[in-house]
Amino acid sequence: MRKKRYFSRGVMFLLCGIFAVAFLLPTVLTITNSFMAESEIKSNYGMIFNTTSGGYVSETVNLKFIPDRVSFSQYITGLIKSPEYLIKLWNSIILVVPIVIFQVAVASVAAYSFTRWRGKIRSGIFFFYVILMLMPYQVTLVPNYLVSQWLGLLNTRWSIILPGIFAPFSVFLLTKFMRRIPYSLIESAKMDGAGEWQIFTRICLPQCRSALYSIAILVFIDYWNMVEQPLILLQDTDRQPLSVFLSSINAGEIGLAFAMATVYMIPSLLLFLHGEEYLVEGIANSGSVKG
Amino acid sequence: MDALKQKRRERRADFLRSLCFLAPSLLGVGVFFILPFGVVVYYSLIDGVGSQNFVFLDNFIKLFHNSAFLTASKNTLTFSLMAVPLAVVLAIVLALMLEARIPLKSQFRTFFLSPMMVPVASVVLIWQVLFNYNGTVNEFLLAFGADKIDWFQSDYAMIVVLLLFLWKNLGYNMILFMAGLANIPRELLEVADVEGASEAYKFFSIKLRYLSPTVLFVTILSLINSFKVFREVYLLTGDYPYETLYMLQHFMNNTFRSLDYQKLSAAAVIMALVMVVIIALLFLAEDWFGKDVEG
Repeated sequence: MRKKRYFSRGVMFLLCGIFAVAFLLPTVLTITNSFMAESEIKSNYGMIFNTTSGGYVSETVNLKFIPDRVSFSQYITGLIKSPEYLIKLWNSIILVVPIVIFQVAVASVAAYSFTRWRGKIRSGIFFFYVILMLMPYQVTLVPNYLVSQWLGLLNTRWSIILPGIFAPFSVFLLTKFMRRIPYSLIESAKMDGAGEWQIFTRICLPQCRSALYSIAILVFIDYWNMVEQPLILLQDTDRQPLSVFLSSINAGEIGLAFAMATVYMIPSLLLFLHGEEYLVEGIANSGSVKG
Repeated sequence: MDALKQKRRERRADFLRSLCFLAPSLLGVGVFFILPFGVVVYYSLIDGVGSQNFVFLDNFIKLFHNSAFLTASKNTLTFSLMAVPLAVVLAIVLALMLEARIPLKSQFRTFFLSPMMVPVASVVLIWQVLFNYNGTVNEFLLAFGADKIDWFQSDYAMIVVLLLFLWKNLGYNMILFMAGLANIPRELLEVADVEGASEAYKFFSIKLRYLSPTVLFVTILSLINSFKVFREVYLLTGDYPYETLYMLQHFMNNTFRSLDYQKLSAAAVIMALVMVVIIALLFLAEDWFGKDVEG
């Protein structure tokens, strides 16, 4: 019996290992390939991304993990020689940071409202938020475009930031966290004569500190990698975030794309490694649509 | 009588205060989502933004005769029908494997979640290196004596996208299932162990029952994410991909460029209706399955 259990656990470990390698492959490849000089990239992938300029091109594709010679040339090109990429990176930051901060702020107040008061109208509105959250982007795209047009926001950063701030995702998630705060805590604060705003800032917010963090990470990762919204609402390429620009880097600059993708990955990677427990908690708590 | 009045007044005050807290969010949602969606519904019922004649269902009827729309709907449906069940089942398998106290459990969890962070652009590059006609996968096929496959320009294209979808979403779904599994009362499983229940019995009669709310949620989530895969498909294959990859999103994008608001609005309304119906059905199903386990 015990032998059998060890055996099955071994098989599972092996399977997980295979899965894990497959899952990690693109991340690892991106990072290691970013340290290859352009000539090496060309010789490895020339067959695929028909580069026009000369140089040695290998007959077959070489998917290589370890560069022949570690080179920082791609980083030097991307970060020092041409300011273009840094500008796009800055664009990403000024789009995403306000969205994360204000979405969480607006959502925490709304979530407090959904937590403190219950009733038919309230649960109706909450259900509506859930539906809205679940709508695919293709449905909200047209309304989004129209409203940006009317408010004269089209082609400005606000056309991305404002709808981002009011996206219902964090409201939903935060409400689920707040409902777990013991009611007695709020009740006793009320007995002591605290107003709603005080209950909110002194009791509710400190109680969901980890929830706020986990939601911020999820929102950040989501918007950091956005492509569709800027393509439609922010067609001025000078203002587009690096996520859009990375996807349009032309075939001759594959090495550069890997290097910039690695740079772009750093903030999410740091957030992820630093807050993985929170992230997992955040995901785990989004687990059921009903509060 | 006075007490009742007092109570009613208190409730109204409560309601007003709750509105104050909800106001910023509700205002924003109203301006950026609800009102414009109302306009979209209106646009779907008129014949043109200029003339504004009410034509009722004409736009919808036209849409159902539009071959691009029909192809796109069929492809999107086919993809979702393949992708969603796989995303649910494989995620349960992963969660069960990690639950079985294997070594390096938390490391595996990190690895499975890592696709969340990879920028779309590099995902697309890697996928090209792997599945290009001269790519790595075909090199492998050649080495084993098989023929090369034109992955992006054949019926295999959907499989490539399916792999991408699963790679991206399994980790997230797995975490949801792990959380669901952790909520199953331990005593129940211990009793089953004592009574000598088989693993299969434990899974189907106990675990799956408790997981049913999670299964339904992951289904909804995967459905939405299966719509989101357009981002990668678009970057991999452009505006007009191989026929089986032409999704509703391509249709919307291409219609958007021609600024045909009527067609676009009708398509958006249909998509929204279908989503609402699906979500409502899943909610009903959750009520049905979950009623005897939720205390």
